[in-house]
Amino acid sequence: MLSIVVNGSARNCGDGATVADLIRDLALEGKRIAVERNGEIVPRSRHGDTPLASGDRIEVVRAVGGG
Amino acid sequence: MPSAAAELNAMNAPKDAVLEHADPMVIAGRAYRSRLLIGTGKYRDFAQTRAAIDASGAQIVTVAIRRTNIGQNPGEPSLLDHVPASEFTLLPNTAGCYSAEDAVRTLKLARELLDGHALVKLEVLGDPHTLFPNVRETLRAAEILVKDGFQVMVYTSDDPIAARELEAIGCVAVMPLASLIGSGMGILNPWNLKLIVDEANVPVLVDAGVGTASDAAVAMELGCAGVLMNTAIALAQDPVLMAGAMKKAIEAGREAFRAGRMPRKLYAASPSSPSSGLIGR
Repeated sequence: MLSIVVNGSARNCGDGATVADLIRDLALEGKRIAVERNGEIVPRSRHGDTPLASGDRIEVVRAVGGG
Repeated sequence: MPSAAAELNAMNAPKDAVLEHADPMVIAGRAYRSRLLIGTGKYRDFAQTRAAIDASGAQIVTVAIRRTNIGQNPGEPSLLDHVPASEFTLLPNTAGCYSAEDAVRTLKLARELLDGHALVKLEVLGDPHTLFPNVRETLRAAEILVKDGFQVMVYTSDDPIAARELEAIGCVAVMPLASLIGSGMGILNPWNLKLIVDEANVPVLVDAGVGTASDAAVAMELGCAGVLMNTAIALAQDPVLMAGAMKKAIEAGREAFRAGRMPRKLYAASPSSPSSGLIGR
């Protein structure tokens, strides 16, 4: 089991999970989002082959109303 | 022989069409028909957001970048469903960032979110009470972003020297405040804006502080290339009606600027009607 932090909240993932697996677990598959892992952008094309590691800090963002 | 009215219409139609595109706002090499940029915050719902954008005629629309709500309503509506990138130039902002690092990080996420989109609005705040920009951090962030290939439209104070430095860094537009963000206080220092406009070689847009249509017209009459606003429309009693008012004010102000106003003459009063031929003399 991996312990990671997603958008500031602790979360567990299965061993060997990738960013794509996390996105699916969060029910965000196919949504307009962007992902950062430990301060670095993970491009959409790399979600499937970017493994998660214990202690990872993940940010998942979207566009919202703003001026 | 066609009627005079039909002839006039035939003459007017192509001329109007030409006029509509004769004076575009050009930012980073791209021409925009509308000089009004609007934000998408503070509306009642996405339907009202969209209705206001449509009434405003805006082509460039700002969005903020925020964390997704984890585990809440996976089916909740999304702003980009109502304001799609296929119809508008989306301008991601760095609202809420207080350091160059946070602003750069936010815009890298925005670029990933919007498939490599380079045009962005940089703002680095210095104080949560006034939302006044931190110019030092803004300059630092602008340097990093321009080097990284971003096209940076930058929110700043109405300081001509800061504006000059931001232009020198390579920002594609400089956007001084008219007054504090969300204050609706209007243009507090028109002469500073004029100094910035007169010196700049990139478009200068007023960003923040506009309260009502006349404020937008004044900004345009000063020679600004455009105006970016959010609260003045979103918090009007009737946002959609105000969006239309802003569109007209921007157009009127721009035409007045291009027309060139008459000089101000405090004492040299000059009647518009003939001084001779008055009866009973």
